Amino acid sequence: MSEVTSLGWSRWRRAWWFQAVYYAQTWRGSVVSSVLLPLGYLGALGVGVGHLVSHHSGLIDGQTYLHFIAPSLLATTAFQLGEGESLWPVLASFKWTRSFHAAVTTPLTPRDVLVGKLAWVATRAFAIGVLYALIIAGVGAAHSWWALTLPLLSVVICLAFAAPLAAYAAKVDTDISFPLIYRFGFVPMFLFSATFYPVSAYPGWLRPLVQLVPLYHGVALVRAACFGGAAPAVLAHLIVLLVLIVVGVLWGDVTFRRRLID
Amino acid sequence: MTTLDASDDVVRARGVTKRFGDFDAVRGIDFTIRRGESFGFLGPNGAGKTSTMRMVSAVSTPTSGSLDIFGLDPASRGSEIRGRLGVVPQEDTFDLDLSLRLNLEMFGRYFDLPRRVIKERTGELLEFAHLSDRAEDKVDNLSGGMKRRLTIARALMNRPELLILDEPTTGLDPQARHLLWERLYRLKREGVTLIITTHYMDEAEQLCDRLVVMDHGRIVAEGAPADLITTHASREVLELRLGAEDHAALAPRLADLAERIEVLADRVLLYVDSADDTLASVHRAGWRPERALQRRSSLEDVFLRLTGRTLDE
Repeated sequence: MSEVTSLGWSRWRRAWWFQAVYYAQTWRGSVVSSVLLPLGYLGALGVGVGHLVSHHSGLIDGQTYLHFIAPSLLATTAFQLGEGESLWPVLASFKWTRSFHAAVTTPLTPRDVLVGKLAWVATRAFAIGVLYALIIAGVGAAHSWWALTLPLLSVVICLAFAAPLAAYAAKVDTDISFPLIYRFGFVPMFLFSATFYPVSAYPGWLRPLVQLVPLYHGVALVRAACFGGAAPAVLAHLIVLLVLIVVGVLWGDVTFRRRLID
Repeated sequence: MTTLDASDDVVRARGVTKRFGDFDAVRGIDFTIRRGESFGFLGPNGAGKTSTMRMVSAVSTPTSGSLDIFGLDPASRGSEIRGRLGVVPQEDTFDLDLSLRLNLEMFGRYFDLPRRVIKERTGELLEFAHLSDRAEDKVDNLSGGMKRRLTIARALMNRPELLILDEPTTGLDPQARHLLWERLYRLKREGVTLIITTHYMDEAEQLCDRLVVMDHGRIVAEGAPADLITTHASREVLELRLGAEDHAALAPRLADLAERIEVLADRVLLYVDSADDTLASVHRAGWRPERALQRRSSLEDVFLRLTGRTLDE
C-alpha cells in the first residue's frame, strides 16, 4: 500500500518546504547581506556621495543621486541573493551534505529538487522586493505606479542569476572556479552595470559592452519601474532576463538529473 | 513453505547491465527477491554491488535487461516505487546544521505524510535508533555509529516494504555493528524485506537468508549462506603461517594433507574435514608452522574459492 497520495506536479513544494525550514534555522547571516549591507550603501552613497554629486552636477537623469541609486540597490541585492544561493549552497547539497541525493531516494525527482530550490530563492527575492519597495517609496524614489511590480522584478532578476548558476554548480566537481567567477564576474558586474552612475557616464565605445552585462538589464528595469521608461526598452530588458531564466532552468534540468540519477 | 506466486516477488532482475562510458559495472545479472526475505549482495569493492543497489533503488536506469520492483518499471514509475522503499546509502546524507528531529521530519515531508503522522513516527524512530535523548541536538554532533542508526531510522519514515542497505556497518566499531544488526533483526521479524550489501562475511552470515556473490559485475554464486559454504568449501579450515621466506614455494607440498589448499601472501589455507586431525598430520610430517589457526569454513572461503581473491583485496 502506498502512502504517497498527492499528485506529482506539486512534489516540488516538499523540496521548497525543506529549504524554508532550513532557512528558518540559519537565517541570521542573511540579514547582513540582504538588508544591512544594501542599507549601508544607500546611506553612504545616497546621502554621502549624493551630497557631493548634487553640489557638482545637480541631477542625474533627472533624479537626485539618492533617488537614482535606491532602485539599483534592489537590483544588486536580488542579484546577490541569486548568486549567493546558487553556487556554494547548491554544490554543498550535492557534494558535502549530499542532501539532494537523500531527497531523490524519496518520491522526489531531480526536477522537483531544482524547482523547489529555485522556488525558495524566488520566495526570498519576493520578500526582499517588498522590503525594498517600501524603502524606495520611503525615500521618495517611487515616481510611478509601476513601482508596485518591484517585488516581481526582484524575483525575475534573482532567478536570472540563480537558475543558470545552480545549473552550473550541479555540473562541477569542486568549487575551484567559484572564487574566479566572483572576482572576475560578480564584482565587476556589481560595480559597472550602471549601478552607481548612468551608462552615459561611459565613453561611447564602452556602452554596448555594459549592455551585454545581465545585471545592467536588471538595474535598468528596476529604474524604469520607479521613474517610468520607454516600453520597447523595458520589454527588451525583461526579455534578456527571462531568456536567462529559461535557459538556466532547462540547463539545470539536465545537470541536476545527470548528477542525481545515472 | 508454501509456493510463492509472482506477486511475492519484490524485485525481479533479468539480464541487467549497467555501463558507465566504456566501463561495465554490471554485466548481466539475474536475481529474484521475495517478500519478507533478507537478501545479500556480497563482493569486494568494485564488484558492482553499489551500481546494482542504485538500480534497485530506482535512482539509476539499467543500460539493458529488465528490472521490475513491486512489479513496476522503475523507468516510468520511479517516484511511485521510491515512495515504497527505504534507502540507507553508503554515505550519510544529513543536513548537519539541523537537529535530528528536523532531519527526520523533513524527510517525512518528502513522502508527503500528514504532519500528525510525521510527529508520531519521528518520536518512534528516534526511540528505535536509541537516540531519543539527542533529538534536539545537531546531527553534526553525533558519532559515526549514531549517524548510521539515524540513517536507518530515517529510511523507515515511510514504513517501507523494502529496505535497501548499502554497506550499513562499514566503519563502525563492533559494538555499534551489533546494535545495528539487532535493529535489522527486529525489522525482519516485522516482515520488512531487506537487501543488504556488505563485504563483511559475518554480517552476511548473520543477516541474510539468501545471498549472491558478485565479482567483476557478475553473479558467481547464489544460495543460503550455509548451503554456499557446504557447496563451495570444506567443513573446516586450517590456517598455517609457515614463517619461511619462500613460503609460497614450500606451501604446495602441503597439498596432500588437504582436500584443497589456497596459498595467500602470508599464510596457507588447508580445506579439510577436521582441522584438528590435519594439524596433527602436519606436525607428524615434520612441519613446524609459526602459527596454526583452526576454524570453521566461512563465506570468505567461498568467495576465495569462486574468485581466487580475498574480499578485502
